[in-house]
Amino acid sequence: MGRARASVMPVLASARHRYQHIPVMIAILSDIHGNREALSACLAHADRAGATRYVFLGDYVGYGADPAWCLRTVMDRIAHGAVAIRGNHDQAIFSRNHRMNGRAAAAIEWTRAQLSPDAATFLKSLPLEHAEEDRLYVHADASDPEAWRYVTSPEEARRSLEATPARVTLCGHVHVPWLFGLTATDKCTAFRPAHDAPVPLSRPRRWLAVMGSVGQPRDGDPSACYGLLDPDAAELRWIRVPYDVDAAAEKIRRAGLPESLADRLLVGR
Amino acid sequence: MIDGFTLGAPLREGGMASIFEVTHPDHSMPLLMKLPHLDGLDPAHIVSFEMEQMILPRLTGPHVPEFVAAKGFEAPNPYLVMERIPGASLLTRLRELPLPLDEVAAIGAKVALALASLHRQRVSHLDVKPANILFRRTPDGLRGDAVLVDFGLSHHGKLPDLIEEEFRIPYGTAPYMAPEQAMGQRSEPRSDLFALGVLLYQLATGFLPFGEPLHLRAVRHRLWRDPVPPRRLRPEIRPWMQEVILRCLEVDPARRHPTAAQLAFDLRNPEAVRLGPRAARTRRDSWLKLLERRFNRDRSLRTGRPAVTSHAAPIVAVAVDLREQTAPLAEALRTSVGNVLRTLPGARVACLNVLLDGYIRGDAPHDSAGRSARVQRLAELRHWAAPLGLEEGQITFHVLEGSSAAEALLEYAEANGVDHVVMGARANSMLRTMLGSVSGEVAARAPCSVTVVRAREMPA
Repeated sequence: MGRARASVMPVLASARHRYQHIPVMIAILSDIHGNREALSACLAHADRAGATRYVFLGDYVGYGADPAWCLRTVMDRIAHGAVAIRGNHDQAIFSRNHRMNGRAAAAIEWTRAQLSPDAATFLKSLPLEHAEEDRLYVHADASDPEAWRYVTSPEEARRSLEATPARVTLCGHVHVPWLFGLTATDKCTAFRPAHDAPVPLSRPRRWLAVMGSVGQPRDGDPSACYGLLDPDAAELRWIRVPYDVDAAAEKIRRAGLPESLADRLLVGR
Repeated sequence: MIDGFTLGAPLREGGMASIFEVTHPDHSMPLLMKLPHLDGLDPAHIVSFEMEQMILPRLTGPHVPEFVAAKGFEAPNPYLVMERIPGASLLTRLRELPLPLDEVAAIGAKVALALASLHRQRVSHLDVKPANILFRRTPDGLRGDAVLVDFGLSHHGKLPDLIEEEFRIPYGTAPYMAPEQAMGQRSEPRSDLFALGVLLYQLATGFLPFGEPLHLRAVRHRLWRDPVPPRRLRPEIRPWMQEVILRCLEVDPARRHPTAAQLAFDLRNPEAVRLGPRAARTRRDSWLKLLERRFNRDRSLRTGRPAVTSHAAPIVAVAVDLREQTAPLAEALRTSVGNVLRTLPGARVACLNVLLDGYIRGDAPHDSAGRSARVQRLAELRHWAAPLGLEEGQITFHVLEGSSAAEALLEYAEANGVDHVVMGARANSMLRTMLGSVSGEVAARAPCSVTVVRAREMPA
């Protein structure tokens, strides 16, 4: 009896130790755009990298050939505690107010036909922003989330940062990774993050991180892009994940979506 | 007492921070704590402290102080704790200028190796000067590896550059600042080679090549004004050393050594330095030439150009085993080295051969038998390399001595910042079983890539 307990105790002790020190790692995925291959590759990568929390920054649909699958996957993650924000393409599924260019509008028409009424209800239920500790998750410029303005310059980043109390704003919409910082001397700076190099989001600076796109990168690198945030160390990494681009492009062609939507995946533009 | 650190004696009152000796029960090595000045209005203090806090924890190796702990500006009392390198900085040696020339070369090689390690980690120091250079102590009391300190003005290739974002005027130390740095460019690792060139000039001649300018305008004079050639100030400086120093001080970074490792290599292997017009220079350029330079300045300095890394200009060490050298293996080795050189024309090749201790009779390595063995080996190395058709200066030949071939090769690779070792596999499997595989040991323990070449055996 005594011996059995002795052999069990260290295991329990170490299990409790692990439980108390689970490091938080937040995976941040934006602009999936119905690209099943890219989303599965990013989720698999994040799972392996030890992500403990998932945040989706919107635009689950539009452009890609697997909108229903991508939505189901995101809904499943929400059931397990993930946070999801609404993007402009998600809104376009149930609202016709937002103006879009021809290709995007054609893709939305096609997507709408693929989705069940439940999907539209789900998209409608998503918030435009979500605050958590010192962080704010939003799809585009946080100063007016429903205006869907891009953040691509220090001036635009400043407008967004000054509109909220969050120390770190994480957004998408641009499809190109950027990091903007507001310094203690009130300067706003821009930085193009390198792949897979953790960048410290040091205090007391305030930061706006543009995540890059999972399903349709536009910075010349066709591999999928998502973020890993370590909130304790205040470090953010932009991760690039290679995936089966050819398969995703071929599905777009077969679905009869505009050819250029397939071509751009191959070059990441 | 701050967060478990007990404050000891103040070590230094710097312009931007106070530095104290500290102790902590969890750390046995000597420690120091930097506390930034918070009273001043100069944001440079804050930003350079943030920069060092960002960069130091990401650096490893013997050439930097080990990072211990930090607290940022979110706390009322920000601090940075790191390993304290005992002993004085190179600053104390400035009282003894000029230094013996052997020592100048040795110090320069050590600092260049430290810079090579830093550059490999994607960091440019950008404030190389005597006060920021210390040396580790070795058990025999001699000076060990150079250690670079103070990363407050440094640039990390993969992190936001807080200094560049915050300030329009360049930061650095005027006498040592590279011209491109004076123009505001902060992403050029070879700026550190310029600063080291200024330091070498100072140690060798006792003078600063560009004086001590007080204003940025005066700092920029070095864009067109060349320094007095060192040999004019101290004639016993050898031409090779003038060549090396003046190459460091080239205005265009592309005309300096491509990497810090190559500079270290030159300083350790004077015979390998190819002498050009710089070595022969006896006076400064004429006013006519200066005027021409002044008004037709190369604009690339303002725009910057991509930095060269050790990947593009590696030091390749090829270990040639002459004893059991069979023709097919010699050729396979040469082909391998030739392939590297074709893709990387900036590479330098060091041909190595190890003379085992047992081979030389007696204790003195320079007795007549030993010397003739060395000379013979050098001749064989040159013969092996001749078909490569390399110019002098791109290839050097070295006979190492030691009790173990692997140890000698590893030591050489470490000490010379070698990027790539190419060597043959021992062909005779019986010998390999008895003696162990030299290539296996080198591949397992080398600080760099190792290519093991084997000649395909012909079927019997």
